[in-house]
Amino acid sequence: MSNWFESVYKDVYRGLIMDDRWKLYLEGTGITLSLAAVACLMGIVIGVFVAVCKYYGTRRNASPVWRTAAKLCDVYTTVIRGTPIVLQLLIIYSLTVWTKGTYACMLGFGINSGAYISEIFRSGINSIDIGQMEAGRSLGLSEGTTMMRIILPQAIKNVLPALFNEFIALVKETSVAGYIAVRDVTKVASSIKGTYFVSSPLYIAAVIYLVLVLFLTFLQKRLERRLARSDRG
Amino acid sequence: MIEVKNLCKSFGDNKVLCGINEKIEKGEKVAIIGPSGSGKSTFIRCLNRLEEPTSGEIWFEGQNIVDKNTDIDKVRQHMGMVFQHFNLFPHLTIKENITLAPVRLKLMSKEEADIKAMQLLERVGLTDKADTYPAMLSGGQKQRIAIVRALAMNPKVMLFDEPTSALDPEMVGEVLDLIRELADEGMTMVIVTHEMGFAREVATRVLFIDEGLVKEQNTPDKFFSDPQNPRLQNFLAKVL
Repeated sequence: MSNWFESVYKDVYRGLIMDDRWKLYLEGTGITLSLAAVACLMGIVIGVFVAVCKYYGTRRNASPVWRTAAKLCDVYTTVIRGTPIVLQLLIIYSLTVWTKGTYACMLGFGINSGAYISEIFRSGINSIDIGQMEAGRSLGLSEGTTMMRIILPQAIKNVLPALFNEFIALVKETSVAGYIAVRDVTKVASSIKGTYFVSSPLYIAAVIYLVLVLFLTFLQKRLERRLARSDRG
Repeated sequence: MIEVKNLCKSFGDNKVLCGINEKIEKGEKVAIIGPSGSGKSTFIRCLNRLEEPTSGEIWFEGQNIVDKNTDIDKVRQHMGMVFQHFNLFPHLTIKENITLAPVRLKLMSKEEADIKAMQLLERVGLTDKADTYPAMLSGGQKQRIAIVRALAMNPKVMLFDEPTSALDPEMVGEVLDLIRELADEGMTMVIVTHEMGFAREVATRVLFIDEGLVKEQNTPDKFFSDPQNPRLQNFLAKVL
């Protein structure tokens, strides 16, 4: 038994502590976080835009401009949801060879999660009673203002659980960034493992992801509690 | 004030309104009654273009609001509307519900709007609800807030689309009282309603809409005591 502890300790020591290797994990975690954060923001922007286009484009009396925009958005979600993320990253990397893989990754993950987030927002917008739009418009508010001030805040509240599902998935999905030579925490762990023939890096990386996701879950709970103020008390 | 010329509205092949002509003067209180599916809600919703008319003209204060060049948002600032299902904004407090539009549209500063909101809340006796959310109000309270929200814009005309149809019977009175008060103050209003007693008491004119047309109209007394149209006679016999 003590043998076992000893070998685990050795493994962890060589995988984490020796030669300040923990710094590599920190750097990797930083990359993972920045990939996820940028992709998340980009995904939200793209997602709202696409969802709004589809909302306006599929209405009974939609103008040709909105209709065309909605069609294009349909193509976007179909292609992105229909192909694997690794392939998308490789393609974007090949199209942006002049810049670092990190940027290609941010772009790739952003575009990818935009497709999923747009569907989440679309379901959120559709969950809001049409009367809300009518009430806003009847007060003289423009379509845009009504959307921003009345529809979207309620829609976002309704889709918060689904949205955090996507964020959590996104954090973990960035682990394929290594495919295009980005040193995120998974890549760091696997290269340390490969170099020093220890298995602890994999578990260390797993714990890091777990902590990140726990933090997101905590954030979600707080947000939900805040937004529940207007619920029947 | 409002003049409707040959208003038609179809949803696909379904013709809901077929050539309505109507003139509503300043200060009039027009009640609209009719069987369900007759087009009365569609008619009142056309007046502020929540429904886009298929053809015809609607003139409001010398402006054809059906015209594509009309800034409909501007027109709607002067036309308050109250809905059957209240449509309060559930994510905003009562006070924010009232002040959102005047502040956003830069008609009032935040402070002015707050003062106005509190005055209006005092009028309906709901000042203590200013910072609560719609989910905590009863149906009658919600509808009174909805009316007050429309009033905060200082509208020239109020459109009521079945304002009491979704209320528990015991809450109908408080809402009708408020509408009656507005009527007494000289507000021009159009009300789609099933409350015959209320129509008779408050309206200056009653319209009967059936099959997309105004089949009969008269002063309330004559309308209810001496209906001419056989459909109306039949309708009144059922509801009175």
